[in-house]
Amino acid sequence: MNMSKTQGPFKGLTRRGLMAGSIAAFAATLMLSVPSWAEKPPTAEVNTTGLAVTDDTVTVGILHSVTGTMALSEEGSVQAEILAIEQINAMGGVLGRQIQYIQEDGASDWPTFADRARKLIRQDNVASVFGCWTSASRKAVLPIFERYNNMLYYPTFYEGLEQSPNVVYTGQEATQQILAGLDWVHREKGAETFYLLGSDYIWPRTSNKIARIHIEEHLGGRVLGEDYFPLGHTSFNSVINRIRLRKPDVVYAIIVGGSNVAFYRQLRAAGLDMTSEDFTLMTISVTEDEVLGIGGQNIEGAYSAMKYFQSLDNPNNEAFVKAFKERWGEDSVIGDVTQAAYLGPWLWKAAVEKAGSFDIDKVREATPGIELTTAPEGYVKVHDNHHLWSKLRIGKARRDGQFDVIYETEELMEPNPFPEGYQ
Amino acid sequence: MPFNTFKEYMSRQDVLAFAVLALLLLVVFPLSLDILRLNQVGKFLSFAFVAVGLVLCWGYGGILSLGQGVFYGLGGYAMAMYLKLEASSPENTSIQSTPGIPDFMDWNRITELPWFWVPFNSLTVALIAIVVVPAVFAYLIGFAMFKRRVSGVYFAIITQSIAAIMTILIIGQQGLTGGVNGITDLRTLKGWEINTDFASYVFYFVCVAMLFVCLFIAQFIRMSKVGKILIAMRGQEDRVRFSGYDIANFKIFVFCVGAAFAGIGGAMFTLQEGFMSPSFVGIVPSIEMVIFCAVGGRLSLPGAVYGALLVNIAKTTFGEAFPQLWLFAMGLIFIGVVLALPNGVAGVYNTFFARPVDALMARVLGRDKTRNTLTVPEQGVTS
Amino acid sequence: MFSDFTTAELGAIFAMQGFAGLILFAVFVLMALGLAIIFGQMKVINMAHGEFMILGAYVTYVTSNMFASHIPDFFGYYFLVAIVLAFLAAGALGALVEWGMIRFLYKRPLDTLLATWGLSLILQQTYRSVFGAREVGVVTPEWLDGSYRLTDMIEVPINGMFVMAIAVMATIAVALLMYRSSWGKQVRAVVQNRPMAGAVGINTARVDRMTFALGCGIAGIAGSAFTMIGSTGPTAGQAYIVDTFLVVVFGGAASLMGTVASAFTISQSQSILEFFMGGSMAKVLTLLTVVVILMLRPQGLFTLKVRR
Repeated sequence: MNMSKTQGPFKGLTRRGLMAGSIAAFAATLMLSVPSWAEKPPTAEVNTTGLAVTDDTVTVGILHSVTGTMALSEEGSVQAEILAIEQINAMGGVLGRQIQYIQEDGASDWPTFADRARKLIRQDNVASVFGCWTSASRKAVLPIFERYNNMLYYPTFYEGLEQSPNVVYTGQEATQQILAGLDWVHREKGAETFYLLGSDYIWPRTSNKIARIHIEEHLGGRVLGEDYFPLGHTSFNSVINRIRLRKPDVVYAIIVGGSNVAFYRQLRAAGLDMTSEDFTLMTISVTEDEVLGIGGQNIEGAYSAMKYFQSLDNPNNEAFVKAFKERWGEDSVIGDVTQAAYLGPWLWKAAVEKAGSFDIDKVREATPGIELTTAPEGYVKVHDNHHLWSKLRIGKARRDGQFDVIYETEELMEPNPFPEGYQ
Repeated sequence: MPFNTFKEYMSRQDVLAFAVLALLLLVVFPLSLDILRLNQVGKFLSFAFVAVGLVLCWGYGGILSLGQGVFYGLGGYAMAMYLKLEASSPENTSIQSTPGIPDFMDWNRITELPWFWVPFNSLTVALIAIVVVPAVFAYLIGFAMFKRRVSGVYFAIITQSIAAIMTILIIGQQGLTGGVNGITDLRTLKGWEINTDFASYVFYFVCVAMLFVCLFIAQFIRMSKVGKILIAMRGQEDRVRFSGYDIANFKIFVFCVGAAFAGIGGAMFTLQEGFMSPSFVGIVPSIEMVIFCAVGGRLSLPGAVYGALLVNIAKTTFGEAFPQLWLFAMGLIFIGVVLALPNGVAGVYNTFFARPVDALMARVLGRDKTRNTLTVPEQGVTS
Repeated sequence: MFSDFTTAELGAIFAMQGFAGLILFAVFVLMALGLAIIFGQMKVINMAHGEFMILGAYVTYVTSNMFASHIPDFFGYYFLVAIVLAFLAAGALGALVEWGMIRFLYKRPLDTLLATWGLSLILQQTYRSVFGAREVGVVTPEWLDGSYRLTDMIEVPINGMFVMAIAVMATIAVALLMYRSSWGKQVRAVVQNRPMAGAVGINTARVDRMTFALGCGIAGIAGSAFTMIGSTGPTAGQAYIVDTFLVVVFGGAASLMGTVASAFTISQSQSILEFFMGGSMAKVLTLLTVVVILMLRPQGLFTLKVRR
């Protein structure tokens, strides 16, 4: 794959836009589904802080791991961000400027993320960065974004407890993902007893902490056990035996990466059948991406709590899935994070156009309240705390690796990264 | 003073090598690189500390540790713990349920500063710990193993396992250590901002100065009786033992020195990057550190510095230009160096340039009667 | 923690826990067997061992796809073909690596470590370029799926039993080869005294190459078997390397029996500890115990007394 330092293939469509009147353009920029034939404001006006903006182009950064252990997770995000950038360019770009991107490799190593972020911001003067996947990589780059004042669009569902003016969190924070899902399994499955599992790092631990408080204090249920495994752990037979012994109503699993594959295969091999009524497993860490490695038959029947599934039935998503497959191949699958990564460039575009400037401060000021009606997950809106209002959906894993969406919250849920009473 | 003359301490070639290195690090780099790149070079140099230590342990002592990342990490964490405590003043952390403790502890529902964090409120303690904690840890490992004559391959594998254990421990005990995130968001040192460009310049020069201190210590060890015994030991361990030396003590000594150097390196990294991550403690970085040493030449002290610089510069360049290809390049460098250049860059220098340079110096400065023979390539490689 | 369970339940749990330990044992044996040959016999530190395993896994993946698209009727049997192919592919690559790299380094065992580490980086990136960064899902044939119900409460995973069977067969085959065949005699002769072995007419270079290839081939088999219980991705091999080396060293590197015994000890203790204290701490405790024992008894559990 030759992704680095390329520019969108649709260059050349821009000039036509000069004809359109400025009022129409202003209206068009608010309605994101309409191509923006924007009149091109002069560079000196839209860029007063020395970002990499020329009369025709604006440069952004993409910062993900394409090598190392996280590459398998981050690949989808890179693809989604590139797709969004290309689509925006095809529609005339942002403020009449084509988006170019510089891609850097974080190499699954947090100090490398910090190093590359510094390079993107200080040497390349990018107008914003789309990137990071793990919490650790975000924590590593965060001080750099705050110090040198740039924007990071972060796509992953994560543990919350953070709210930086320089980050837009396009995935869900923990309470959005956990609470409604537990409510649902309590209500629909009559679940009273839970067994919490996780990989041993901050996101699963924090998420299980929130889950435990919710189960014990709000649902009146009991937690029968809580276990953690080192990243990359592959033998789960002992914990599976513990689960058999405890007989919880629901196993709540937040296992990530390669361990996932081992866990679900061994679970099924041990005869704990998720398709039957007497064993329920709910996870917040398995998207369509992970199912590729796990194998559909091994996870069939599991419930996944996410805001997005590829099988979501709405026109936005239909177009998105079609475009994604055209660009990246018929076999590609799209998980929750991939969709959230796709939102990044669109949210940035909307904020830039609302601000009428690429300047970081103005973009940041414009960010709260931005709405996207074209998001594949449906309508989304940016909260004052830079997280998105979003719905929670429950998907039931199918044999073919897709999910049946069997429930979604009626209302958009408010993001609450510092939940009172859950800390 | 174990040396009668200065020339016994450093040969002309050594003086030249140190001088060239000093010129490069103190003049050429600061003048030719912008602060962003200079800061990067400073971070690369923090690995050079480890590589210099490895020259002593591996090149001279014949003991290959695959756990140097542990010591690097211990030093780095010692520095980071002090800085984190300073950053976690009650005013800065007033939104937490327990103000005054690091944020990650609060997330993990720890309400009191753990006992082993308390001493790190003092900068003096932290600075001492940077050197002493890795050295003591190395002493314990070295004592247990060298006294039982564990060596070579077995030592390598056991140190590697220790690196694996440390990683799992640090990541698993996230309430106490910051977990996989490491210790992030370090801001000030005694109230002085550490993330400014000016601070980066200062830390770069501090780093270079500390590196030269370590280089001079290493040179001292190398040229002293200890160094000579190490070399003898590497060749014929039993003969040295039969001559009445306690081999283990010498090995423990260099291993501790190597660990202390690595600890200083880790602390320099923390200062220059502004955070410390468990990703240095694991097996992969530990092996990479050995590679720095191998590329530079496992018998050459300045070579170790060049090795750390070269590999890291290559890694960054490849990583920025062809993210997909850098693993290929790195792999080829490893194999190529081992197969074709067992004495690394320094070996190339010794083979092709040492004699002409010697001749030139002889013409300019007169004959060097005490020329040290240890730098000539015929020493060869045994491991 | 056991007070609220009946005796029958406890019995069932202990039985299943025993099986869990045995499955882990089989995994460890398969991982370590190839390395025991390469490291134990040849003193080569093959850091790319995990990548050879993953090669076997990818071969299995490709074979299953071939079967699925060309001869779907025989899909159930692809695994048997895949294991053979995995052995051949990993073995062939092993022979190539020995020829191109390892044979220059026999006098420098620590340098083999660095060179094979480089090799592992190259292999990882190759897998990533060819198969993509994502994990691939290998479909297990129906007959290897699910579990076998011994009693009402005791269920045994079939794929685990299959891995056990492969481990047993591989161990027996290696033992026969090393201790009952003339080739094995040659290998042991070369290990004990290379110049003498050469002097009596053994082609030591060829023996080296075949030994290394055999070790890699067994790694391929292991990788193939692990597609049923673990993940297959470019970097999955790295996860195995520490455990594998510890098993071999703990067993006393030169002895095949030692490797099996040490795999048994480590797997059982890890499995039992996991049951009582959860994954992370169990892992730390097991590794720590092994390291401490190794410090006290550096020669490992079993040693071969050889004059060198």
